[in-house]
Amino acid sequence: MRNAFAACLEELAAQDPRIVLLSGDIGNRLFDRFKERFPGRFYNCGVAEANMTGVAAGLAKAGLRPLTYTITPFNTTRCLEFIKLDICAHRLPVVVVGVGAGLSYAELGPTHHACDDLGLLGLLPDLTLLCPADARETRAALRAALAHAGPCYLRLGKKGEPDVFDAEPPFEIGALRPLRAGREVVLLTYGPLLPEVLAAGAALDATVVAVPTVKPLDTAGLAALAATGRLVTVEEHALRGGLGAAVAAWLAASGQPARLLTLGVPDQFLVTAGGQEAQRAACGIDTAGIVAQVRTWRQQLGDVT
Amino acid sequence: MKKLSPSECAAQCKVIRRHIIEMLCAAGSGHPGGSLSATELVTAIYFHFLNQDPAQPEAPDRDRFILSKGHGVPVQYACMAERGYFPVSELATLRKIDSRLQGHPVKGALPGIEASTGALGQGLSIACGHALAGQLDGAAFRVYCLLGDGEINEGQVWEAALFAAHRRLDNLIAIVDANALQLDGRCTEILNIEPLAAKWTAFGWHVIELDGHDLPAIYAALEEALAHRGQPTCLVARTVKGKGVSFMENQVEWHGVAPTAEQARQALAEIG
Repeated sequence: MRNAFAACLEELAAQDPRIVLLSGDIGNRLFDRFKERFPGRFYNCGVAEANMTGVAAGLAKAGLRPLTYTITPFNTTRCLEFIKLDICAHRLPVVVVGVGAGLSYAELGPTHHACDDLGLLGLLPDLTLLCPADARETRAALRAALAHAGPCYLRLGKKGEPDVFDAEPPFEIGALRPLRAGREVVLLTYGPLLPEVLAAGAALDATVVAVPTVKPLDTAGLAALAATGRLVTVEEHALRGGLGAAVAAWLAASGQPARLLTLGVPDQFLVTAGGQEAQRAACGIDTAGIVAQVRTWRQQLGDVT
Repeated sequence: MKKLSPSECAAQCKVIRRHIIEMLCAAGSGHPGGSLSATELVTAIYFHFLNQDPAQPEAPDRDRFILSKGHGVPVQYACMAERGYFPVSELATLRKIDSRLQGHPVKGALPGIEASTGALGQGLSIACGHALAGQLDGAAFRVYCLLGDGEINEGQVWEAALFAAHRRLDNLIAIVDANALQLDGRCTEILNIEPLAAKWTAFGWHVIELDGHDLPAIYAALEEALAHRGQPTCLVARTVKGKGVSFMENQVEWHGVAPTAEQARQALAEIG
């Protein structure tokens, strides 16, 4: 995803001279071509993300379209107050890019896990949360973010995510993306976890709908899905503060009679080692875990025996 | 604990470097450059200066060692295993499923790890807290905190530097592993942090600049720091990233890449 991000940003920067990229001591080779083609439009700000965030705000106030780019926790939760005040409170069109969504960097430990970013950033008014699933949707989401008039957070995996889309899909901020029709429950998800959920959908004969914009939520779209009566959210993010919590809050207020199962990362730090696949399995959000938990839930509901 | 002399410590450093190469090769990922640059510093601390019982790593009167540059944790794991905190065989589990040896130090997973670090910039503040508690309690323990020169781009480090000097935390020793490279390039090219010694001096610290691979110099500097009263001490240790392995030395590419089996063989042959 990060390679697609770099390639697409280079294309967009050729069209829009206002685009400026700030990085927190990463991306040397990744952005080499960008630096060559656009001298003076890439700034490695060092290991100093708070300052980078404020600099981006200043650039945006001057009419530029800055992006800040580094590993997710350091570009999000570390800088929370600066994103809140410098960027969001000024309604500035800065794109905050986090690389390493969820458990992408599972083996690097809790300092590098990013399972709380959406919950914390989701509290900030006017911040749009975009969570693409693969390289092609990353391109589409980046285009949408840079065309958007307000602040955006772009939640990327790292590299080598399996392809979901054959071509760059259209991207409308705030719109659900139905991907698979099924006769049983509706699975809602976003980000690089999508292939696991699609496989679970096939095993369960479930409908699968991607939610690439976690905020603002497509509540009209959700209302239509809720009519099926059985919603399941699956995410590589904490259960608190993620998509599941947002859907639960909306559902409770909406009065829809649907039942909801939320799957995600439990409310704890993951302190033992293991790669992304192992940690997903431990959290029950790999394909097998999703299938098993949905089946158990449906038995408890009396849908199946 | 038997306190190693500088020459004994030099022999121990070879063992530590071998562990670093072997564990990173087995893990298939990790940070060799900043582990090898800090080898003499961390080994000297663990095998001569750190007053800590591996059997009781939570004892209230223990010295504290906080690895603020958490990505360098392989050198700490190697020292801890050799000092008996856990079996040397466990080093091979680095970054493996269910291992206590995460890619960055995690407090709680492995007894003897003082703080979860690796986000960079926060370790010195935690160290200040320990040191202030020691000062308030009139305790004799010392707090050692190892930082990277890239890491101290982070503004929080300088807030901690102000605090430590203001509170006269003379039980606190910061050590900057100044290997002159950060993740993405030379420190002077990414975000220049020099002149380092002048900065720490200006922040009110007692500063000792030294060759961070010269064990007699490291011992002398740490002894001086322990004796110095009224100010925290900062060792600005000039080091070589990837020290001890010719093809890793001073190569920014070896910040966060593990050696292949063939590269590991060559590295081990060079280390001896």
